[in-house]
Amino acid sequence: MTSPAQIAEPHDAAPGPDPAAVPALAIEGVSHAYGPRRALMDVSFNVQPASFTALLGLNGAGKSTLFSLVTRLFGIQSGRVAIFGHDISKSPGEALRLLGVVFQPRTLDLDLSLTQNLLYHAALHGISRREAAARSAELLGRIGLEERAGSKVRDLSGGQMRRLEIARALLHRPRLLLLDEPTVGLDVKARADIISHVRQLVTEQGIGVLWATHLFDEINAGDDLVVLHQGKVLAKGPMSRVVAEAGAQDVNTAFMRLTGAQVMPGGGA
Amino acid sequence: MSSITTRETPRGFSVQDYLTCLTGIIWREGLRFLHQRERFVSALVRPLVWLFIFAAGFRQVLGISIIPPYETYILYEVYIAPGLMAMIQLFNGMQSSLSMVYDREMGNMRTLLVSPLPRGFLLFCKLLAGTAVSLLQVYAFLLIAWLWDITPPPQGYLTVLPALILSGLMLGSLGMLISSGIKQLENFAGVMNFVIFPMFFASSALYPLWRVQEGSPYLYYLCEANPFTHAVELIRFALYGQINWISLTVVASCTIVFMVGAILAYDPSRGLARRGPAGGEG
Repeated sequence: MTSPAQIAEPHDAAPGPDPAAVPALAIEGVSHAYGPRRALMDVSFNVQPASFTALLGLNGAGKSTLFSLVTRLFGIQSGRVAIFGHDISKSPGEALRLLGVVFQPRTLDLDLSLTQNLLYHAALHGISRREAAARSAELLGRIGLEERAGSKVRDLSGGQMRRLEIARALLHRPRLLLLDEPTVGLDVKARADIISHVRQLVTEQGIGVLWATHLFDEINAGDDLVVLHQGKVLAKGPMSRVVAEAGAQDVNTAFMRLTGAQVMPGGGA
Repeated sequence: MSSITTRETPRGFSVQDYLTCLTGIIWREGLRFLHQRERFVSALVRPLVWLFIFAAGFRQVLGISIIPPYETYILYEVYIAPGLMAMIQLFNGMQSSLSMVYDREMGNMRTLLVSPLPRGFLLFCKLLAGTAVSLLQVYAFLLIAWLWDITPPPQGYLTVLPALILSGLMLGSLGMLISSGIKQLENFAGVMNFVIFPMFFASSALYPLWRVQEGSPYLYYLCEANPFTHAVELIRFALYGQINWISLTVVASCTIVFMVGAILAYDPSRGLARRGPAGGEG
């Protein structure tokens, strides 16, 4: 079900079970409908390990549906989703174990403390209490919230909550991280912090990242780009190539040409 | 980059993983319960109003003959105590399913469902956690009832425990099954009225069924078919160290049916998938 425009995968030719050859996330010919309404149509793309892939689309493009399928909130109607080669329908446990997610709506327990939220998540992954406490302390330190460990989540700012959600998503040491418009509603500083933090995870820890957004300025020239519009993939590949193939100078113009959408000034679609 | 090549083969899940998950879910449910003091207070006040006010007023109206498991004439308060214990569990079961609708709307449910452990197990843990919370409420009620001279045999406090666990699981899984069919929080109030009140009043919680039969045979059959009646009777007999086998069979069967139904309803390929996206855009 792959289209000719498939990204050239550097490890494609490697035979055998070399894990580096396996994409962090493989989406092949996925379609999904809510009754008569078709939300996704034959969507295929890969996310490589240690890469930052931006999933660019307007609201309603199908980004959240795609996230719900990859996280197994919805069953796959047609096509295939695999995380490091583990089919999400056939071996969901092994697949979900390698996956960390930050959903668009906040999913923290506001009345529990930061640590309690992290410990709960760890328990859901079968991580023992002692190990979980150590990892929580370490991750809270990394996001600069160790002093707030005992505070209620309710008292955090929007940016802090997002950082905590990212820390929580990393608690079970996933190798693929999905983020669904994680910077929505944050101020400029908080946005920049979160983007640089996630990019650091890619370069330092080799995590594959799928970052859904409708904000062009969150995408760098070196990123992989998937343009999703009305449930279809219009373009995919390294950002520079997608932009060049659309005959555009920048990603804004490329997106506008591809979708025929009106682009708002200020870098958002 | 080297970390990418590690941990490739399927590991499966150990018993320890399952236990950690179970205790984690119960611990979180307990914490949430402690944070919601109003919920605890109202869970306790509701049956106490029935006990202190309704039962006191009704005592003179309704004579109770000697029926099993009771061996002597009993006060009306003593009669309705097991019904009120079941009522606590009924409200708790519906309330935890209400929290599931809330969790689903707010996205918290996603945290639970993206756990790599099997979904049926996760929902079972959630049910056990809700039941554990209802046990706290019931025993707090029993303590106050004891001060009010409702004194079942001491060993009854122990023998009633398995009955309470089973009835808690039944009512919790019923709530979970109902919650899976509810799209929005607002729809829940209606369901409460259509589920809680009919179940409670068309049961043996407030009056023995032989009295109902005198009034209306049809209502009697309805009460007999009501699983809540059997939860009440199971608790009533267990509180006096006896087993009501019919009620045990009904409650156990209903628990299995409701639980399997709820797990199927939350199965990604059947339940949630049929409805639209659970929050966020499409």
